[in-house]
Amino acid sequence: MSDVVQSPASPSSLPDSRAKTPKAIRLYLGVLLGIAAALVALPFAVYPIFLMKVLCFALFALAFNLLLGFGGLLSFGHAAFFGGAAYVSAHAAKVWGLNPEAAIACGALASMGLGVIIGWLAIRRQGIYFAMITLALAQLVYFACLQAKFTGGEDGVQGVPRGHLFGLFNLADDRVLYAMVAAIFMAGLLAILRVIHSPFGQALKAIRENEARATSLGFRVERYKLAVFILSATLAGTAGATKAVVFQLASLTDVHWATSGAVILMTLVGGMGTLFGPIVGAFVVVGMESYLAPFGAWLTIVEGLIFVTCVILFPNGFVGALAKKTAR
Amino acid sequence: MISESAKKTSRAAHAPSGRSSDLQGLGEPVLVARGLSKEFRGFQAVSGVDLSVARGSIHALIGPNGAGKTTCFNLLTKFLAPSSGEIIYKGRDITRTKPADVARLGLVRSFQISAVFGRLTVLENVRIALQRRKRGDSFDFWRSERVLHALDGEALALLEEVGLAAYSAAPALSLSYGRKRALEIATTLALDPDMLLLDEPMAGMGREDVEQTASLIRHVSVGRTILMVEHNLSVVAELSDRITVLARGRILAEGDYATISKDPRVVEAYLGARHD
Repeated sequence: MSDVVQSPASPSSLPDSRAKTPKAIRLYLGVLLGIAAALVALPFAVYPIFLMKVLCFALFALAFNLLLGFGGLLSFGHAAFFGGAAYVSAHAAKVWGLNPEAAIACGALASMGLGVIIGWLAIRRQGIYFAMITLALAQLVYFACLQAKFTGGEDGVQGVPRGHLFGLFNLADDRVLYAMVAAIFMAGLLAILRVIHSPFGQALKAIRENEARATSLGFRVERYKLAVFILSATLAGTAGATKAVVFQLASLTDVHWATSGAVILMTLVGGMGTLFGPIVGAFVVVGMESYLAPFGAWLTIVEGLIFVTCVILFPNGFVGALAKKTAR
Repeated sequence: MISESAKKTSRAAHAPSGRSSDLQGLGEPVLVARGLSKEFRGFQAVSGVDLSVARGSIHALIGPNGAGKTTCFNLLTKFLAPSSGEIIYKGRDITRTKPADVARLGLVRSFQISAVFGRLTVLENVRIALQRRKRGDSFDFWRSERVLHALDGEALALLEEVGLAAYSAAPALSLSYGRKRALEIATTLALDPDMLLLDEPMAGMGREDVEQTASLIRHVSVGRTILMVEHNLSVVAELSDRITVLARGRILAEGDYATISKDPRVVEAYLGARHD
């Protein structure tokens, strides 16, 4: 019997697991192409600065969703990575005079380092305790940003130069800037898709499905959680660092816990655990903040009502609801 | 109930080559526990358990409800840390070893509620175990999962062995209870473990599933050591070489089924809850 186990079956006896879902793959590629097309077409219809804000937050939400949807970890402190990277990249561009791409890389790397520390401390606990530890550590980062010299306290870092991308392309031109942001967003999206569809992603899915069983198969679960935490932190940092260059500003808002809350909302509204949901969620949330601004102080109430309605009507988020419909 | 001689012949018939222990008596101890104790806030769930599982044997841990079987099991699989005592596996102290690392030493456990990865396909369930054994850690997040297709053939062979090849593309949660068990066993076999710890493999099963699972266990026991916790005494009688009876966290008796079933203390412990 044991030699049966050792010898692989002949290829002809294999059911083609890849041929099983050509429809799903086509849909997948279709959505990706649709996103790429939208990235090209949208700036002609929508105010590019608004779009860039959406893209930065969409990448942030995608990074958060990687951790929540595929790592099963609800972080309530992701603003620390987003905002922390924003400060570092703003500082690098303004004080060190680095090119924007180098400044953004500095921000992302700083987030990665912060992710190692916060992740290492937080992944020992699960559920609400994990969320609380991440929140507490993010609040520490907030106060560090408030007190530190280079962050400019209440003022933040203002007047960050956009500079020249690779020393060649002048980012003062909004169209060039938009192209850079769109490229970063797309690269981030593709990176996340690759992570999900990698051997590492497969192990993550197994851990998400049944952690005790994954452990009993010999997976050192904590290390996988830490790895996905660091990846998520790095991508969230990339988003924050890009935002600092686009808006020429890094401020306390970026590291505030409300930003951690906002990214959770984006993910839930769009559809937790769906691949593209967070993008939709970012559009909705950022769009509401921008276009409902005339409501003034009432904005929070209007937003709140819309969220309650969303959650009641689409408990799986917009994309979750859509996926269910197409699956039928 | 199957008689002792009938049992031996049936096992010999199923395992003509693999079980040298049947010919030479039981092998040297492979898993040993000494003075194993676990206390939960003043409650002594397991106290001073000495256990020795012989290589190549099927060893059963039985006892009435609340006897500490599951706690004992979780201690041995490292899912719980003992309050005192030590655990030796293949001459190596694993008392402080983490569960994932114990699994890497070839000591693999199953779960009472069948543990499959529900939203992964049946094939992927087995493949994830092969992935762990063949590739070690999979932190390569930059590589396409297509590299895992190299393991598909072997995964399918394992599924064929437990009769699940036809379901390879189905999500694991769509399987019936008995088939989930079979999938779990195929997944465990993918690790090619030296020793299996089975937590009530027959829990919640109908008669037919019980028979099928029993023959699966007999099948996988070839060349392996098995320790199982089980309620179904007829299964225990049929499968095991050696039985340890626990009651109130302590060892009450140990021996083969004939010895155990005649022991007045065991009969008393089971009184009222006695199977069949």
